[in-house]
Amino acid sequence: MAQTHKQKRLSAWSTPVLLILILLVFTLLVTMLGDKSLARMAAQTMIRVTFVVGLWVFVGNSGVVSFGHAGYMAIGAYCSAWLTLKPQMKGLFLPDLWPFLANAEWHVLPAAVVSGLLAAFVALVSGAAILRLTGIAASIATFAFLAIVYTVYSSWEGVTGATSSVVGLARYADQWVTFGWASVTVLAAAWYASSASGLALRASREDEVAASASGINMYRHRLISLVVSAFFTGVAGALFGHSLGVLNPSSFYLGVTFITLAMLVVGGIGSLTGAVTGVLVLSIMIESLVRMERGVEFGETTLALPTGAQEILIGVIMILVLILRPAGLTGGRELRLRIGGR
Amino acid sequence: MNAIPQLFFDAMSLGGIYAMAALGIALIFGVMNLVNFAHGEYIAFCVFALIVPSTDAVAVMFLGKAPAIVLIPILLSIGAAVAVASEFFVFRHMRNATPVAMMISSFALGFVIQNSLLAVYGSRPKAISLWPELNTPVSIVGASVPLLQIIVILTTLAVVVTLALLLKKTKIGLEMRAAAENFTMARLLGVKANVVITGAFALSGALAAAVAMIMATQTGVADIRMGGQIMLVAFIATVIGGLGSLPGAVAAGFLIGAASVILQGFLPLEARPFRDAFLYTLVIVSLLLRPQGLFASNSAKPRV
Repeated sequence: MAQTHKQKRLSAWSTPVLLILILLVFTLLVTMLGDKSLARMAAQTMIRVTFVVGLWVFVGNSGVVSFGHAGYMAIGAYCSAWLTLKPQMKGLFLPDLWPFLANAEWHVLPAAVVSGLLAAFVALVSGAAILRLTGIAASIATFAFLAIVYTVYSSWEGVTGATSSVVGLARYADQWVTFGWASVTVLAAAWYASSASGLALRASREDEVAASASGINMYRHRLISLVVSAFFTGVAGALFGHSLGVLNPSSFYLGVTFITLAMLVVGGIGSLTGAVTGVLVLSIMIESLVRMERGVEFGETTLALPTGAQEILIGVIMILVLILRPAGLTGGRELRLRIGGR
Repeated sequence: MNAIPQLFFDAMSLGGIYAMAALGIALIFGVMNLVNFAHGEYIAFCVFALIVPSTDAVAVMFLGKAPAIVLIPILLSIGAAVAVASEFFVFRHMRNATPVAMMISSFALGFVIQNSLLAVYGSRPKAISLWPELNTPVSIVGASVPLLQIIVILTTLAVVVTLALLLKKTKIGLEMRAAAENFTMARLLGVKANVVITGAFALSGALAAAVAMIMATQTGVADIRMGGQIMLVAFIATVIGGLGSLPGAVAAGFLIGAASVILQGFLPLEARPFRDAFLYTLVIVSLLLRPQGLFASNSAKPRV
């Protein structure tokens, strides 16, 4: 009995290792075979992995759909910009920053960690209120949270630059840095999912009443998972800023919320493998459609999709996946070395 | 210039638009637990149906040139047709999917509609003039109010009354209410699911068309992105009104309209850009105080 339990624990740990290996192979292939623009696409994909796996820590384990995580992403992205930009530039573009921030010129790694911590702290405060709600009301409240963050960041002229973009961020987040963070996120997500809190939370996802009758404090575990989740989405935000070099509040609103949730649902909301699969599949699909829109050469003729076809096709493919496999591509199963009974 | 009646008319007309959009979302949620994110795009689609398809900056009216008596029924049926088509092609195949999967596919559908409009009409907002004479101000109880605001308020009331009569007095209305209350039970008692759901989508699409006409007249702009904001507000109104409760959706729509006009009027000048942040904070507070919604129906309470 103890033997099988041990085996199951081991086989559960094979999931994150396998997933990281897949990410590694993906990054290696893209770096070796592709040009510069493909390497940039790999970095974007790894940032999305960080974000979506971070999102999964909350959504996948609690079963509550959150529209608010793009807000945590914005908080992380701007925090890293405040900490790392050159003081002269901040004096010019963001004149109302507090003196401590205005003079800060941190190294990028501690800045990314602190950005994640700030997002986690905001999650603790906002989650303390929002997570008293359940079901669809909780989802709406996260939506309201996103709208609040967006309004504040796109109107606070002297601190966030409002709708004019913040420019000049150090572009250090290449595919390997982002791969590193994506791996850390996958490990942390697997660790959380198999921790006592993660198990309790998933019990409450399956049956709220039964879980609370067994003494599980659902509110507390949801809050813990939201804080962990917001940390990684905050880091993803910081990486996002440092991969493009430009920040604008509208990059952290409905568009990113939609595409990341779509990745999670297409991959399969119930499993960590699903989160990673969804990001990889949709990212590869988007990239190849974008390339086809630019034109693919077959011998002498160049075939190109009409402009705008890429977005329409992505939408159609997503609808088809959801119709044919409503539980996502992985159907809630994990990738494991041994097929343990789930 | 009399400020209070002015505010009142502003609040009522903005609230009216929100209420109609919220009704469109609540109708569908009631019968199939679908949060239809494509609703905002139905509105945008109807606005663009008014003009000739082209990517030029100057819009040439197409349907919009027709006299109102022809235009209104045609546009209402276009709205209904789009909604019914989306049910037929997408949501009909997802009857057994989870609400989350349906919600995401409605999001994806909205994305498809939006980008199709983008491909046909281009991304620049276009100036359009639909019934410009309606924007001439008339003076009522000391406030100068555009005629349109009064029409909006009256239209909303008319729509709500008609809908209420439809739901209370006709057979399909009865079936819809039964389905909203308990869908499985209604089916067991012989209510035809497809008829009810198609009916709900048609009504919802027609409501979207009505909102589209009002917005086109009021703003004079056709913008690809016009559906997003109103969809968000309508969606929130549906929830704080109590999901599944149609009177709740209307009341909450008016409430949000009133709150945003009042905040706009009374916030100190430097805080005014942050109006929406205050508005959404109020939304969270309202949810915390009454999570089941301000006007929740009895069936919305979870049974343990």
